[in-house]
Amino acid sequence: MAVKKRDPFYLRLARGFNEYIRMFREGDLWTRLSYLIMGAGSLARGQIAKGLLFLGGEAAFIWFYAGFGWRYLKDFGTLGTNAQLRVWDEADEVFRRIPGDNSMLILLYSVLTLAAILPLVMLWKSNVRAAYKAQKLRESNKSLPGFLADAKTLLDNRFHMTLLSFPMITLALFTALPIVFMVLIAFTNFDKSHQPPGSLFGWVGLANMRNVVFSNPLYARSFGGILGWTFVWAVFATFSNYILGMILALMINKKGIKLKRMWRTIFVTTIAIPQFVSLMLVSKMFTDTGVVNVILQRLHIVSSPIPFLTDANWARFMVVMINIWVGIPYTMLMSTGILMNIPAELYESASIDGATPVQTFISITLPYMLFVTGPYLITTFVGNINNFNVIYLLTAGGPATLDYYQGGKTDLLVTWLYKLTVNEQNYSLASTIGIFIFVIVAALSLTVYNLTGSVKKEDQFS
Amino acid sequence: MTNAEIYKPAGRSASIKSRERAANAAIYTVLSVMSLFWLLPVLWLLVSSFRGEPGAYTEYIMPKQWTLSNYTRLFTDTALFSFPRWYMNTLFVAVCSCAITTFLTLMVAYTYSRLRFRWRRGLMNISLVLGMFPGFMSMIAIYHFMKAIGLDQSLAALIMVYSGGAALGYYVAKGFFDTIPKALDEAATIDGCTRNGIFWKIILPSSLPIVAYTALTAFIAPWLDFIFVSVIMKDNYANYTVSVGLFRMIERENIYQYYTRFCAGAVLVAIPITLLFVKMQKYYVEGVTGGAVKG
Repeated sequence: MAVKKRDPFYLRLARGFNEYIRMFREGDLWTRLSYLIMGAGSLARGQIAKGLLFLGGEAAFIWFYAGFGWRYLKDFGTLGTNAQLRVWDEADEVFRRIPGDNSMLILLYSVLTLAAILPLVMLWKSNVRAAYKAQKLRESNKSLPGFLADAKTLLDNRFHMTLLSFPMITLALFTALPIVFMVLIAFTNFDKSHQPPGSLFGWVGLANMRNVVFSNPLYARSFGGILGWTFVWAVFATFSNYILGMILALMINKKGIKLKRMWRTIFVTTIAIPQFVSLMLVSKMFTDTGVVNVILQRLHIVSSPIPFLTDANWARFMVVMINIWVGIPYTMLMSTGILMNIPAELYESASIDGATPVQTFISITLPYMLFVTGPYLITTFVGNINNFNVIYLLTAGGPATLDYYQGGKTDLLVTWLYKLTVNEQNYSLASTIGIFIFVIVAALSLTVYNLTGSVKKEDQFS
Repeated sequence: MTNAEIYKPAGRSASIKSRERAANAAIYTVLSVMSLFWLLPVLWLLVSSFRGEPGAYTEYIMPKQWTLSNYTRLFTDTALFSFPRWYMNTLFVAVCSCAITTFLTLMVAYTYSRLRFRWRRGLMNISLVLGMFPGFMSMIAIYHFMKAIGLDQSLAALIMVYSGGAALGYYVAKGFFDTIPKALDEAATIDGCTRNGIFWKIILPSSLPIVAYTALTAFIAPWLDFIFVSVIMKDNYANYTVSVGLFRMIERENIYQYYTRFCAGAVLVAIPITLLFVKMQKYYVEGVTGGAVKG
């Protein structure tokens, strides 16, 4: 199927507007009234149930706005002005709390209230269309579909609405709106010293972004350092696992190697053990008094414990190594099947040409694997940028350093984000970091997404 | 044996053979050493879970006292760490979020794969963008939201968090649905089947592997997740799941007394996950390669 070139967003929007203006012009009194009082058109033409649904939707929206939403939305511009006060009550000899505004709730519910406009717009559009369609059908003396017939299309022509409505509501509530909320937090000063309701926070514009990039040297240094290590980590973690896992699979797959099943099972066993268990286990093995250091000392290989996880360079080396231990079996498992699919002729002609195994690997196996698993590789890379578990459970980002604001030498952006929120309650800084992570990940993914062209391939089966 | 090999000079063939043998020997050595590295921690976990002596390590490998008390005390000594409760919490959350997630994911995957409507491409793009934000970021907002409606530190909050993002994880299932021939749908439509009917009678029965894969991944997630639980539950020990619970056991102040019990608990968590993983291994491979194995 050829890929249709789509008009830009604003053109489609303008066309949509035009259509509603046209329908208004052509509409009779009831259709025009539907623009203001939803369901009027349907009610006037005898589609009572449908009309009542539209009307009910509008009423519910107004009730929600007037009764709940507006209380918060009106303070959206300032995020509240009166903090909660503690006043000494002479009579009872206690402090009394006088409730004030709560910036957090104002922001949270404002986002919710603003988002509620979206379903209203959708309902309004379908209300206008319904009114217009009913009018046209009446004018050409055709009978209108009853409510049941309309409802039935929800299982067929409009089945996508039935299927998507619930997932989209959960998506909106648990992913989209929280993200909007957090993005907004990045433009406020919500931190330890601005914790509502005791003290309010407000808008600060781009101050957080400026702080992270240059204004605040400590923040900027921490961000730069942690960002750098995040990339180094992601590159090493992704490619070490990828290459070594593939080599492992090749070794097991090699002709003449016996007990293939047994070898595979040995390595797969470690996947089956929950990752957090193996990570916690291994992290305890490598502490100063852990089993590895004890054995090394008893064998007189070292005289004092090796600071595996407490020295910056050692710790960075160890997290990559342990990640190899955790990750190789996955790559092994995945590449086994693909490797078997590589046409045998390629290898035969290579061996006739006298290629060494290394040459064969670099010029045949690797390109083939990269071709098939390109998207997987980028997902893994992104996954490693956000690899919370491995870092947090092994070193908790440590060893801590005064060079970084609340960060350690093995901290990734995402573990730093975690510490900033959970330990420091510095939400505004954390959100800013989150936005930067998003930008990095988005740039990476989009590049690869376009390179692999899976967008175009998607419709090949239709 | 092919002709080419018959006419090979004898000496050369022998050298190839011996080189082959040397290569295989090298591979066997590497594999054995690696197996050792990979299995030792697992064995260490098992052995420690039966060790009678407390502490994070012993100066010898095999324990002097073997005991089952690490396991029994997990279930009887519940004053500080109530392992059975955590286990049931996790099971409950896993079952609920598995049911919800599977349904949502399959519904969304079918819609994007089979139905064509105006906002399809737009919604898919939005999903793609939303998936690029670190999941942790939305969690903080969810935490505050739950707190505002009085649901923080509850298992319900966990279930909502785990299954709330289901609409984003449709890629594997959609990829699978895409490979089911559209001719099947068309034939069914001619027979008067609605799209609802097609979903239940044609698509779902022919994609049982992917249904299983979706359900198993959703079921396993709560057992492995660490970060969401620790943010949402804070210090509410009673509503912990196993991962955070076990983590508490080996914190500095508890590790000496609880290390062997931690190992026992870890074994108990690992058993169901291992069984499920063995079951879903082949789906896993299909999942990550997006069916590329089929060529």
